[in-house]
Amino acid sequence: MTFKATLRLALQALVRNKARSMLTMLGIVIGVAAVIVTVAIGVGARASVQSSINSLGSNLIIVQPGSVTTNGARSGFGGASSLTPADGMAIAQIPGVSAVSPSVTVRTQAVAGGNNWQTTVTGVAPTYTYIKSWPLAQGTFFGQSDVNASAKVAVLGQTVVGQLFPTVSNPVGQAILIKGVPFTVIGTLTPLGQSATGQDQDDTILIPYTSAMQRLTGQTTVNQLMVSAATAAQIDAVQASVTTLLEQRHHIVPPAQDDFQVRNLASIAAAASATGAVMEFLLAGVAAVSLIVGGIGIMNIMMVSVTERTREIGLRMSVGARGKTILMQFLTEAIVLSTLGGIIGVVIGLVGTLIVAFVAKWPTSIPLIWIVISVGFSAVVGVFFGYYPARKAARLHPIEALRFE
Amino acid sequence: MTAVVRVENLTKIYTLGDAEVVALGGVDLTIDQGEFLAVMGPSGSGKSTFMQIVGLLDNPTSGTYRFEDTDAANLDADARADIRSRRLGFVFQSYNLLPRTTAQENVELPMVYAGVPQDERARIALEKMEIVGVAQLAKHNSNQMSGGQQQRVAIARSLVNNPALILADEPTGALDSKTSEDVMRIFKELNVSQGITIMLVTHEPDVAAHARRIVTFRDGHVMRDEINQKRAA
Repeated sequence: MTFKATLRLALQALVRNKARSMLTMLGIVIGVAAVIVTVAIGVGARASVQSSINSLGSNLIIVQPGSVTTNGARSGFGGASSLTPADGMAIAQIPGVSAVSPSVTVRTQAVAGGNNWQTTVTGVAPTYTYIKSWPLAQGTFFGQSDVNASAKVAVLGQTVVGQLFPTVSNPVGQAILIKGVPFTVIGTLTPLGQSATGQDQDDTILIPYTSAMQRLTGQTTVNQLMVSAATAAQIDAVQASVTTLLEQRHHIVPPAQDDFQVRNLASIAAAASATGAVMEFLLAGVAAVSLIVGGIGIMNIMMVSVTERTREIGLRMSVGARGKTILMQFLTEAIVLSTLGGIIGVVIGLVGTLIVAFVAKWPTSIPLIWIVISVGFSAVVGVFFGYYPARKAARLHPIEALRFE
Repeated sequence: MTAVVRVENLTKIYTLGDAEVVALGGVDLTIDQGEFLAVMGPSGSGKSTFMQIVGLLDNPTSGTYRFEDTDAANLDADARADIRSRRLGFVFQSYNLLPRTTAQENVELPMVYAGVPQDERARIALEKMEIVGVAQLAKHNSNQMSGGQQQRVAIARSLVNNPALILADEPTGALDSKTSEDVMRIFKELNVSQGITIMLVTHEPDVAAHARRIVTFRDGHVMRDEINQKRAA
């Protein structure tokens, strides 16, 4: 018997029992469709978790001033006044750095009309929204010309909008007083929610760092420099380069202590990759279980089919089919069913993914490798779960099979 | 004349738990080419067991069996399947056609296993269906046919590999007497005009009367082996 002849026999037998063939396939169809949809949702969820973690700044490197010792009392990091905007501009030249923003923080009172609110006013560069992956809700962010001019412009976080402008739908263009200095609102930020440590990140006002230094603090130094590495892989290299550069600029020669400190959010990046790994295991588990269930379905129906077709098998043997030929026919039937079921499952899964993406507004994407894996695995399931019933059919004795009622 | 089947001292013993059942207790029989033989006997006489061994569906417990030029008493399952495929034809009481399958596909089935190319299969199938008078049913599904039509299709199926011997196991058992007569006439015709060797197993004397030689089994032995005088005459 050639492979083609066996395949033809198997296809004839499957077409002859359309209803049963379809029901048998259903298990695999649902299994594979479930895998595709689960993977799509999982990949989407992972991307969405990744992007929330990125919004904390997983590629972020923070440079703070070092500690100072006054009469034997050490101030702790940030106590020294050693970082300047010029340090930030130098750091921006390092390869692998995509953006730098100084950060000058003042806790002060803001007033608009009859409302006032104490909040954190942060002086930053125009790159800040990029570094924090923080889009605007309304208006515009300030640009380099505003920084150069120490412009009196402000961008408000949503908590501040709610406290200062409870009745105004769009506060862009309104005037506010920050520490008695009049500023114009030019934009509002999208809500970011709480930070990992429970702080309300939306309770903030952003202004150009030059404005903050000249009009609010009167200092020439900044509280920190926020540095964004182009990729997560470059964080360590960038961190080392920043340290070397600042040591040169600040003329620090060992054994003298650095007057600054550089750190990154590596622990958050590690948590992100751990989350990804857990999700991969979860998906692999769901995939394996649903395909095995589908495979058992195939085995179940193939067993019933062998019993139901006992006389047919007896007849085939009596007209000259060898046991091996019968085995190959039944095995081929199982593989055709499971592979076809796998392909139909992929199609239904892709449609289901589109529906989920549309209805739940969930970002979904389906890596091609998972389509290959699920179709390949369903074929393997066919071989594995088809073999036992096929062997049972092949071992039937022709006389007993012919007599079977 | 050449012998198609030659058995000597053939026995078949089934073991059911501790009990041993002697189905065949030493049978000697020769079937020559061109014979039309009816095997008769009550149930339990061993006639069905004899047919299964002659039909190479099973091996005997002891004794010798020569099928054509082959020592066929101790072949393995694959070797028996190959001989069945090339040299034997079967007709069963319950027709055993594949359901939801056309008559022609049913007739072609033995040739599929024998590896006959497809266009030749179709040609031979139609030729044999013509002989038994069911060529017009080629495209009909087996379950749309009457019992007599199904049995004719089954006979056509038994003919496609030009077998040395056709084994018919109660071929009229499920048919009314009129249709039985028709089917038996086909067998007689095949025997007379095509020279095909036929061994018929039945318990009905009316059916056996169509054969030229009648062998009667009882308790695993050949009780009587006679020429059918009516037909021989």
